[in-house]
Amino acid sequence: MKNSSAAMVIVLTVTTVVVGGILAGFFHLVYPRIEANRIAEEKRAIFAVLQGAEKYDVIEKEITGAKGKKEVVRIFKGLNAAGETVGYAFIAEGPGFQGTIKMMVGLNIDLKKLTAMKVLEQVETPGLGNKISEARFTDQFSGLLIEPRIEYLKNRKPEKPNEIQAVTGATISSKAVVNGLNGRINIILGILVAEAKPKEG
Amino acid sequence: MAPSHRTLAGEITKGLLVENPVARLILGICSSLAVTNTVINGLAMGLAVIFVTVASSALVSMVRKVVPGGVRIATYIVIISGFVTLADLFLRAFFPDISKTLGPYVPLIVVNCIIMARAEVFAAKYPVVPSIADAIGMGAGYTWVLLAIGAVREILGSGTILGYTVLSEKVFTPWTVMVLPPGAFLTLGFLIGLINYVTMRRARKTR
Repeated sequence: MKNSSAAMVIVLTVTTVVVGGILAGFFHLVYPRIEANRIAEEKRAIFAVLQGAEKYDVIEKEITGAKGKKEVVRIFKGLNAAGETVGYAFIAEGPGFQGTIKMMVGLNIDLKKLTAMKVLEQVETPGLGNKISEARFTDQFSGLLIEPRIEYLKNRKPEKPNEIQAVTGATISSKAVVNGLNGRINIILGILVAEAKPKEG
Repeated sequence: MAPSHRTLAGEITKGLLVENPVARLILGICSSLAVTNTVINGLAMGLAVIFVTVASSALVSMVRKVVPGGVRIATYIVIISGFVTLADLFLRAFFPDISKTLGPYVPLIVVNCIIMARAEVFAAKYPVVPSIADAIGMGAGYTWVLLAIGAVREILGSGTILGYTVLSEKVFTPWTVMVLPPGAFLTLGFLIGLINYVTMRRARKTR
């Protein structure tokens, strides 16, 4: 076809509209599945960090973080078959070496220890930083004391109940996990304590 | 290039070795290096690229007489991005785990120069059927190279193949470097060297 402006405008407009329309249709078609996958994964992660949980309630709370940014914090209250609370799960994030590290964390019912930690998303260096998602590292968080705060050690075995050993050669990744956890735990504890008060009084 | 006396089978097989996009034309290197730390990633990436290349080449060939030269690249990019987005949504809906490990590299197929090159060099000049044949060959050529690099890197870097242990950690210390970017460059370099050696020997024999 000739190279006139009209032809160019028409062809490009038709192409983008048709492609856009097809994509919108296909997105509409598969979106429920994508959303279901996301929820199923969240569910799996919650049950993985809260042993004995059969179902969970979601507690949503809006907080104002640093720089006045509003954020909705979601806490998953794990319930066993009898409907008793077995612990709380929440998502924590930390800035890793190359991108954000996203974790699902379980907190025990007296809010003093972690039940477990599972890395949901990370893009750390393969073979080094990505070892933070291996059991050898994450198992250290099961039963870890969170008071006064979680600490990490380099190249030596933890001695205190609030210490973990960093992945050798990947201190930045390990530090991101620990800092992300500490920061988030404070917020979560604040919300949970505030929630518990009215019931007691 | 690609004179008219070529057969349809020739259009497919040239992509496998003689005009292999990765090993001979050195196209699409970014993704070839980035996703090949395991075989399964290479396979998923390869299949996604075959789908996008074939679909884009077919469509570009169909509209080649309607699209004005001035906006042809823009039109190709819209078409290619459309198919890439379809592939990405499909993976996210039906293979969420693979979609997750491939991360941003599926959306980045849009800028994979293999597809653009095939659209511009071949599909824009030839009818639909040869264009599809060319795209299949190029996609398959890309895929096998990815699988080969992925296999070498996974065996040497993790001691596994498709996730199954083949070299026990007791007898073999995995070479971490193979999982990292340098391992990708090394493997690709050796592979290109090997393919060049083979094709040169072949050429010498026929002379």
